[in-house]
Amino acid sequence: MRISSFSLARAGFVAATAAFVLGGCASSVKLEEGNVPVEDRRAAGAAAGAGASGTQSGVSTVNLSSRSGAADNLQRVVYFDFDSFVVRDDARPVIDMHAKRLAGNAALKMVVEGHTDERGSREYNLALGQKRAEAVVKSLTLLGARTQQLEPLSFGMERPAVSGSDESAWAKNRRAELKDR
Amino acid sequence: MDETNTLVAHGHRRRRFMQSLTGSVAAAFWPAGAWAQFRVEIGGVGATQLPIAVARFRGEDSAPQVISAIVMSDLERSGLFRRIEAPAIVEETGVPAMGDWRIRGADALVGGSVNRLADGRFDVRYRLWDVVKATDQGGSSEAVQPGDLRLVAHRIADSIYERLTGEKGVFSTRICYVSRQGRAYQLRIADADGEGAQVALNSNEPIISPAWSPNGKELAYVSFESQKAVVWVQNVATGQRRVVANFRGSNSAPAWSPDGARLALTLSQEGGSQLYLIGRDGSGLRRLTQTAAIDTEPVFTPDGRTLYFVSDRGGSPQIYRMPADGGPAERVTFNSAQSLSPAISPDGRVLAYISRQAGAYRLVVQPLDGSGPPTAITDSSDDQSPSFAPNGRLIVYSTRAAGRELLMTTTVDGKIKARLASTGADIREPAWGPYGR
Repeated sequence: MRISSFSLARAGFVAATAAFVLGGCASSVKLEEGNVPVEDRRAAGAAAGAGASGTQSGVSTVNLSSRSGAADNLQRVVYFDFDSFVVRDDARPVIDMHAKRLAGNAALKMVVEGHTDERGSREYNLALGQKRAEAVVKSLTLLGARTQQLEPLSFGMERPAVSGSDESAWAKNRRAELKDR
Repeated sequence: MDETNTLVAHGHRRRRFMQSLTGSVAAAFWPAGAWAQFRVEIGGVGATQLPIAVARFRGEDSAPQVISAIVMSDLERSGLFRRIEAPAIVEETGVPAMGDWRIRGADALVGGSVNRLADGRFDVRYRLWDVVKATDQGGSSEAVQPGDLRLVAHRIADSIYERLTGEKGVFSTRICYVSRQGRAYQLRIADADGEGAQVALNSNEPIISPAWSPNGKELAYVSFESQKAVVWVQNVATGQRRVVANFRGSNSAPAWSPDGARLALTLSQEGGSQLYLIGRDGSGLRRLTQTAAIDTEPVFTPDGRTLYFVSDRGGSPQIYRMPADGGPAERVTFNSAQSLSPAISPDGRVLAYISRQAGAYRLVVQPLDGSGPPTAITDSSDDQSPSFAPNGRLIVYSTRAAGRELLMTTTVDGKIKARLASTGADIREPAWGPYGR
């Protein structure tokens, strides 16, 4: 039996509408399956219910409208070499972008969180993460941000972005994250 | 235990009771898997060890804890004793046939009894015999609540250890450590064998760097509960806690002065990470280092006059020392790509630390008078946080194996190691508590 092109088109329209309606629901159950940007990086997963604020009822909002490259599809991570707090050249685009945002909006505040990989002592890594955060803050201020807009913090090795004990995991954990307040 | 090994080792057994760790008697071998049934995994080759049989105590099988097994595990873990299997029951009131125990290779024998009293307590008695001289070396008795049976066993082990070595035992002391399971962190306090853990603090955020006050009544630690590193001090018995340092930025690495009046710590409030002193009530802040470097992980010497600490002022993190009230610093480690986490022995003579070489982080000991080179005492690759026992004979540290974080103790010469088992959580950041409870 030949399916008329009209009914195919209509089927497609119905399917598209359904997708549109479903997408707009933003229910947490559906979102876990997809390639959705989850703010909370912890391995326990979104199902834990403990959002980034640490309370029992926190909910992380995901803005699907941002995925098309507008407003907040921003790079917010700067990576570092082992035992180093030098801001590399490849971080320049990220630093430039956030420096512009800060310079252009005196009310905008950000926190820069420094992190390390899992090697070495926890205290030394706390201090190294602090150096990384401060190095990024310094880079931002050199490009127009004001120090009052920025706070450097460190979590040392306590909040890895990825688990694993190989260089590829370590490289992803040696980082500073730039977060809007 | 392998009978052949016992007989071969027995031929070397012509010793007095008090032994030196550096004695030249040939090593006694036992299989690397002498797994005590109480999950203290012990492996290693000892220099000189006194063979001791700890017989079953009469009545212990009906008690909540098997006293003889705890005593034997303690003595083994010290590195100074070699287990002689003793499947027999020997009571403290008897006169054991010394010849039988000589044949088994024992130089010393322990026996005892456990009796349940009408009020629910247990009366625990033991006796120690010198098998070689066939003499009674004394004993004791103590009546305790069921919950203190492990403690009584540890005290018996301490008494035996002291009588036979002349040194104070540490089996009745406690350790603290941090456990993590998912996002649940706990600061726990356990017996020195890792058993009997109690939770001092539950948190959804990391806890690091616990440090016992010199009198053992308080713990200082760093908590991230307010989304940054803050130094707290908590009373162990009451749970009462107070913030000692919450300055702008990170507050961490608390280290008690030997008189318990002050703490050295690391603050980033003025940029970077620098060393400060602060009173135990949080007053009297004083900056100690003035560098653009990372200066952290301070630790006092037992006489309170010197601080050892980690600094990367020379380009890589190394260990330095400076006067405890501030002053010029002098570098102390030279053989490692990185040197971290200094710990000083209670007699002030030995520095233990974590050394990075060829990519591996390994526990190293170094005499502080320069009389010898630094020596790695582990062959693992992910060691952290060494802490000396109060008798200076053992070090507890954390390491990683098969993807798990676990705690180990080692003799200071590295020859006898024991794994302290946990119940599946990752455990780290151990600190050995002082004498007394």
